[in-house]
Amino acid sequence: MNKNIILDIKNLKASIENKAILKDLNLKVKKKEVHVIMGPNGSGKSTLSKILAGHPSYEINAGEILFDSQNLLEMTPEVRSHEGLFLAFQYPIEIPGVTNYDFLKLAYNEKQKYKKLPELDPLEFMLITDELLKKLKMKSEFLNRDLNQGFSGGEKKRNEILQMLLLNPKLVILDEIDSGLDVDAIKIICDGILNNISNETSLIIITHYPRILNYLKPDFVHIMIDGKIIKTGNMELVNLLEEKGYDIFIN
Amino acid sequence: MNEQKIKINSEINQTVNQPYKYGFITEIETENFPNGLNEEIITLIHQKKEEPKFMLDFRLKAYKKWKEMKTPEWANLEIKNISYQDIIYYSVPKKKEKLNSLEEVDPEILKTFEKLGISLDEQKKLSNVAVDAVFDSISIATTYKEKLGKSGVIFCSISDAIKFYPKLIQKFLGTVVSSGDNFFASLNSAVFSDGSFCYIPQNVKCPLELSTYFRINDKDSGQFERTLIIAEKNSTVNYLEGCTAPQFSENQLHAAIVELIAFDNAKIKYSTVQNWYSGNENGVGGIYNFVTKRGLCIGKDSNISWTQVETGSSITWKYPSCILMGNNSSGEFYSVALTNNYQQADTGTKMIHIGENSKSKIISKGISCGFSKNAYRGLVKIASNALYSRNFSQCDSFLVGNSSQASTYPYLDVWNSTSIIEHEAKISKVSEEQLFYLMQRGINVDQAISLLISGFCKEVFTMLPMEFATEADKLLALKLEGTVG
Repeated sequence: MNKNIILDIKNLKASIENKAILKDLNLKVKKKEVHVIMGPNGSGKSTLSKILAGHPSYEINAGEILFDSQNLLEMTPEVRSHEGLFLAFQYPIEIPGVTNYDFLKLAYNEKQKYKKLPELDPLEFMLITDELLKKLKMKSEFLNRDLNQGFSGGEKKRNEILQMLLLNPKLVILDEIDSGLDVDAIKIICDGILNNISNETSLIIITHYPRILNYLKPDFVHIMIDGKIIKTGNMELVNLLEEKGYDIFIN
Repeated sequence: MNEQKIKINSEINQTVNQPYKYGFITEIETENFPNGLNEEIITLIHQKKEEPKFMLDFRLKAYKKWKEMKTPEWANLEIKNISYQDIIYYSVPKKKEKLNSLEEVDPEILKTFEKLGISLDEQKKLSNVAVDAVFDSISIATTYKEKLGKSGVIFCSISDAIKFYPKLIQKFLGTVVSSGDNFFASLNSAVFSDGSFCYIPQNVKCPLELSTYFRINDKDSGQFERTLIIAEKNSTVNYLEGCTAPQFSENQLHAAIVELIAFDNAKIKYSTVQNWYSGNENGVGGIYNFVTKRGLCIGKDSNISWTQVETGSSITWKYPSCILMGNNSSGEFYSVALTNNYQQADTGTKMIHIGENSKSKIISKGISCGFSKNAYRGLVKIASNALYSRNFSQCDSFLVGNSSQASTYPYLDVWNSTSIIEHEAKISKVSEEQLFYLMQRGINVDQAISLLISGFCKEVFTMLPMEFATEADKLLALKLEGTVG
């Protein structure tokens, strides 16, 4: 077993309500690597990210997933999180009445508990969040607002990155983190990721747009069509895709 | 359903229904009257309590009215027939006839209150709360009497008030909730055994938060307590009420009355955390909670505010209301009602606007889990003289699981054209996506639901006194454990 492999997906088949979505998918991600998955709408990219995070609506029909050499499919969603898997949501969920601060503190302390580390009191926790807020150029009043409620698209995505940095994961899946953002917002988010992420962390980027790849330079580019990765390459593949579209891969 | 889902469900089922923490029984001897209700029993209660004559008339008049009445059937509740002749209407812990100080209280009862987290021992009291504790039918002890006395505040059991302040009682008892008001109010008026009395003189801001703790211990006895609070001109008082009962497989009856009166510029804030035994997971046992609570804002610029967190009882039938008589008077109702298993709640408020420029605000949050039924029922009435009055109502329901029910019955009755009424209502469900999002961040199912619910209730919890808010939050978390299917 290669200790250097953080994620190993083997022959994965998955469905929702008896509709097959992932059809024999294979993917290996090593530590520190940056992978990009591109594919037309409905090819199963977001499904893959949800399955990795343990969404209860999907059924695994075949295959296995090893996360840091452990069987990922046996873990509950919260254990996956504690073990270092982080999914930045395409559409972060709004939770009325729960402040961002209370939410972040609970999430952080749950991980501490899981790792058998001391929980932080409000003051200690404040010190950590203050620093992260500065790094992401966010105002501290951001913490007092209800979680994602009434946040702009950019704020929601930045809040995802804030959570990511706070939980310091081993593997980050960015599900269309760039959708609906302007150039400046994309840059802030990418800088936030690049400058602060631990150098051990691996990235899986799901996107439709090559722009984000100018910042987050991928080691591998995968083309996913109809529940399978049908082609793997480097940035040249992206350029080819830009030029010719998905048709050349389908044929 | 896939494995992950089954796993979550089974985890949930394991944690469903933490045992009711307050279900223990205190082994003490009690002096009980025979079961049943008739004029003799009422006279006996009257004699036992050494009341002045006018109280016997009051009780008998109420009894006569009650005999003519029928149980109300308009609520969205399924109520088993209650056999009123099987209930014991007076139950007293047997010991000394009169209790002068804490030393004379049966140590078993004191232990019970300690288990419930209420220490009557004034020395140990850290918080600024004066407590009146009612055990079955009688008031056991009232703490801080002296300190209150210095500012002129009277805080004692209603029995003592009847004996020592008969003029106040005769003047005010039954003026807000008359002895013929409704079936349960008449029953209470006939047989009420104890409760609290509180009088705040003019220009006094009550130096302590006043608190009553109700406990039903005896299996067959009903609890019929009565609370009367009078706030004179320019006075202010905060009042807290808590309730628990042991676990029995029979249903027990609780029919209380609370009357509040606020004169010019007076302010009464009444908060309740109700956690009577709610029956088991199959709906067996639990308290029938039929309560009439009403406040009269008689003076101009007066204010009455009700805050309630209702988590217990097998049936709750309760509509804390405000009659806004004074010009510029205002009433508020903040409510969280949580039902689980087979609990039923039909609760809400009535805001009766009579004075000009009177204002009312209603924030109601209903949470239904399991197979429970949870209804909000509220009336906003604006009389023709209540010019320029305003009401704002917000009634939100939250459904947990697939078998619970939530209903909202708003009644609006407006008789002038200068007033403004706003009503907002929404119904929401625990969404799989919200849970998934929270769980992805390392928060387990139970905590995630607690977090969602406490967010849902936030507007009401912020109205509770600090300690109560923490208690309410914990109580909800406990009640909610494993409620998602």
